[in-house]
Amino acid sequence: MRALLVARKDLAVELRTKESLNAAGAFAVVILLLFSFAFDPGPEMIHEIGGGLLWLVFVFAGALVFNRGFARELPNDCLDTLLVSPLSAADLILGKAISNFLLLVVVELISLFVFGIFYSVRWAVRPWELALLFLLATWGISILGSVFGALTVNLRLRELMVPVIIYPLLIPLLIATIELTNLLLTNQPLTASDFLWVKIIVVFDLVFTALAVLLADTILVG
Amino acid sequence: MREKVAIGSAVAAAGLLTYNLYRMFMVLPDEALQGAIYRILFFHAPAALVGMVGYFVALTFSILYLSSKNFLYDSLAASLVEVSLVFSVVNIVTGSIWARIIWGIWWTWDYRLTSALVCILIFFGYLIMRRAIDEPTQRARLSAALCIFGCVDVVIVYKSIEWFRNQHPGPVLDFRTGGGHMDPAMQTVFGLSFLAILLIALSLVLIRTRQEALAREIDSLRRLAHTAA
Repeated sequence: MRALLVARKDLAVELRTKESLNAAGAFAVVILLLFSFAFDPGPEMIHEIGGGLLWLVFVFAGALVFNRGFARELPNDCLDTLLVSPLSAADLILGKAISNFLLLVVVELISLFVFGIFYSVRWAVRPWELALLFLLATWGISILGSVFGALTVNLRLRELMVPVIIYPLLIPLLIATIELTNLLLTNQPLTASDFLWVKIIVVFDLVFTALAVLLADTILVG
Repeated sequence: MREKVAIGSAVAAAGLLTYNLYRMFMVLPDEALQGAIYRILFFHAPAALVGMVGYFVALTFSILYLSSKNFLYDSLAASLVEVSLVFSVVNIVTGSIWARIIWGIWWTWDYRLTSALVCILIFFGYLIMRRAIDEPTQRARLSAALCIFGCVDVVIVYKSIEWFRNQHPGPVLDFRTGGGHMDPAMQTVFGLSFLAILLIALSLVLIRTRQEALAREIDSLRRLAHTAA
């Protein structure tokens, strides 16, 4: 439960400064705008690639959030202070993952709203299934992003390192999520084979959350 | 001892490759449907196998490093990833040449091609990250963690992309099919080719491990000199 304390602290700091939220939100909207120049955003085309477009926007914007998560603790040696506090390294990574998750959900809501207007898509056809999918996939992205935010926090070229490392690692999660998002946006029924994608997302979330907890000390303490 | 093994395996690989090249081009006939180009399989598939085995042996050494903090394991893991990456690139390049002739295209987003590319990108990230860390203990620790994440992800990548799309030719070797898909003479050449490439990889890994250890020693001497000054 100490992870929740870390998340609360991070969210309080973020609500005061809004630096990650403003940057990631604005970046997501800019990318959504730029995509409209890359292809003809007609109704058929957008139904085919809508899911892919959205999730690319989310992971691009997510990189900005993940980079700030641990980098914010560097001035005044806050990271060292957190590490010598009674918090465990796993609490710290999970706490950061929870706050990154919530920030990314806000960015996703802003993006969905803008996406619906810019591309004339009714995205809330199956809101509950879409919400569940978004929560599961966003957790997978957040946990991996937070782990690699921690792993690269003291490195040169930190901002570059996070996307280079996490984007290839996120590919299985993105494939599954994009497939399901496209089905839900176009209101197609989910067949038994589509549940394979759900399994991939759940396995991805569980495996990487477990690895994050197991390797937290290795990553942050040594 | 390590140098002797490296030289020995390189010499054995050279002998095997020479013999195998003779068998490939002078003894084995062209394949009925593909013609002469099928011979690329003797390099393409062993390179993929050696690359994949290398990543998982690197995973073992990464775990061993984390449990023992012995830098030898870190050097071995880094060398294995580097050498495996080279063989993965060989696999993709030879596959592309084959695909250009048989399918008429250099590349298609088939599951095995995509997975191989994702694998290369993951471990390329590992090497980039190693370069970005100067302090040896931190480099070894974080690299080991990334290697564990990378290898676990590779398994999920292969499974998910397999469900996503599949255009690649199916398995042809007896141990995968139960027999009847490839001529026994061709399978012998394939086996020898695999052995030769494995010996080349072993030799390269041993040489790179030695270089890693020397680089770390030079680095620590430089640090010592800097502190003394």
